[in-house]
Amino acid sequence: MGSIVLKQVTKRFGDVEVIPPLDLSIVEGEFVVFVGPSGCGKSTLLRLIAGLEDVTSGTVEINGQDATTARPAARGLAMVFQTYALYPHMSVRKNIAFPLKMAGLDQAEIDRKVNGAAQVLNLTDYLDRRPGQLSGGQRQRVAIGRAIVREPMAFLFDEPLSNLDAALRVNMRLEISELHQKLATTMIYVTHDQVEAMTMADKIVVLRDGYIEQVGSPLELYNSPANLFVAGFIGSPKMNFIEGAEASKHGAHTIGVRPEHLVITQDAGMWQGTVGVAEHLGSDTFLHVAVDGVGTLTVRAPGELALRHGDAITVTVPGDKIYRFDRDGSAVR
Amino acid sequence: MATTHSRTAARFMISPSVLLLLGWMIVPLSMTIWFSFQSYNLLSPGTEEWIGFLNYEFFLTDPAFFAALSNTLLLVLGVLVITIIGGTLLALLLDQPVFGQGVVRILVIAPFFVMPTVSALVWKNMFMNPVNGLFAHAAKAMGLEPFDFLAHAPLFSVTLIVAWQWLPFATLILLTALQSLDQDQLEAAEMDGAGPFSRFIYIVVPHLSRAITVVILIQTIFLLSIFAEILVTTNGGPGYASTNITYLVYAQSLLQFDVGGGSAGGIIAVILANIVAFFLMRMIGKNLEA
Ligand SMILES: Nc1ncnc2c1ncn2[C@@H]1O[C@H](COP(=O)(O)OP(=O)(O)O)[C@@H](O)[C@H]1O
Ligand SMILES: [Mg+2]
Repeated sequence: MGSIVLKQVTKRFGDVEVIPPLDLSIVEGEFVVFVGPSGCGKSTLLRLIAGLEDVTSGTVEINGQDATTARPAARGLAMVFQTYALYPHMSVRKNIAFPLKMAGLDQAEIDRKVNGAAQVLNLTDYLDRRPGQLSGGQRQRVAIGRAIVREPMAFLFDEPLSNLDAALRVNMRLEISELHQKLATTMIYVTHDQVEAMTMADKIVVLRDGYIEQVGSPLELYNSPANLFVAGFIGSPKMNFIEGAEASKHGAHTIGVRPEHLVITQDAGMWQGTVGVAEHLGSDTFLHVAVDGVGTLTVRAPGELALRHGDAITVTVPGDKIYRFDRDGSAVR
Repeated sequence: MATTHSRTAARFMISPSVLLLLGWMIVPLSMTIWFSFQSYNLLSPGTEEWIGFLNYEFFLTDPAFFAALSNTLLLVLGVLVITIIGGTLLALLLDQPVFGQGVVRILVIAPFFVMPTVSALVWKNMFMNPVNGLFAHAAKAMGLEPFDFLAHAPLFSVTLIVAWQWLPFATLILLTALQSLDQDQLEAAEMDGAGPFSRFIYIVVPHLSRAITVVILIQTIFLLSIFAEILVTTNGGPGYASTNITYLVYAQSLLQFDVGGGSAGGIIAVILANIVAFFLMRMIGKNLEA
């Protein structure tokens, strides 16, 4: 229950090929995150799986059965939209009950399930309100409630947290992760935020212009990115890229160094530079260091540092923390 | 306008227009009320006198009054039903992406720009005429007896003509409402297992309810005073079969030159319109609240 396989799936809108031939398989119970910059086709891919868009070619298999032409409702998937897509004229109770009513369940059964979902999502006190009378986080929960009562084979989330403020986003992230632990249902989650991807996923699918750049667990992507794009996309602050002579020394066209792998050393070190901007976060200090012949490096140092604009420092990176890429951007192993 | 000061200033500023509007309404209304208590017939000038409620008594006990009252309500109701159901269906159709959408939309709106007298004449002579009308030709082509619409179903015919005129209005309002419906909601409902019919009933219709309310309220105001279409087609006949209150007031005051009786009829029409408005707001007014 809940495995999804895409085979040679493509999608065109008119002349524009949004999804070039793409293969992907999702194992039952996995939490899969599609991540990539805006406009790369994440939503389109999700909607192809949901059945809200027809594939141009290729097949979609759900639970080993061909579902390419199946209607959305027949696929047994539930979706949470970015805009929540709650029914504004119905109470929270009716919103959550809607899929059950459409499935023709009897009223007692519907009440039982709705109350159960409301309990799980802390919505019991709000059941008789309209969506317009709820806060963003509560609306999000109603949307999730409407999805879970159906007991679907898989959940599809399309950037569900992007309309929430930062603190709430962290909370909801946890709640969705907990929900996944509890239900152990396949979840496909779309986001442009690599932090959400790294924190929630069992498996991350990095997309660019419809192409899958890399598939792997969060730490696989962090430790061995397949190319420059993935290396730059995963990790915060962004990886430093250095080209030219400095890269040639390591036998690569481009080398990448993560800010957190740069160590500040007293005298002898790899690169000597001056601090431009220093961002003091308390737990960390981000330094933007201008190094001659290398460019500006971002350095992430733990804790508080008494460094400021104009200070001269030396930074070093351990040899095994240097990522090497060839001319066309692929990683050199 | 938060402060008391600015509120007072605002009241002061709008007072001239309020007073003007009030005068605009009060003068003709009080003159009508005044005439309605007079015996005032243009055929016998100089005999005006105060006769109390006699005009009202005369108007209300006229058998034509009850015929006109029910005709008025039937006409309003019939047109509302046709335009709202037809308008919703047309709006659904026009909302689909079709070739030449712009032209089709203009064609649909066109009847609204035709003057009531003209459209009534066109319907009377070119469609409903039992000898030359299109309907008569169609009936003959199918081997049926042509039906004389205006003679045998006068109220229905007038209803049809008026509905044709108001259909574009309803369609337009409902179409804009339809276009403001969030597509995500429809897709969510589709994922939730709602078929096209359930989506229409549970998502589209509730979304349209406010627009439908607006259509009902605005159309009712205009439909209570339909006149030109009746004058041009049936002259209120045969008998009183297609006479509404407005036409009855006209017949009273201008055909019989009875200004007093006509004024009494006018006042009764105003009272009726207010009763209708009261019940309408009671029934559907809550749809207008945000
Ligand atoms: N219905 C559509 N018609 C035409 N182009 C579309 C449609 N939906 C999406 N696109 C295009 O497909 C690309 C991917 O869109 P989308 O999947 O929404 O990106 P993402 O969700 O990753 O931001 C975009 O360039 C967008 O303009
Ligand atoms: Mg998107």
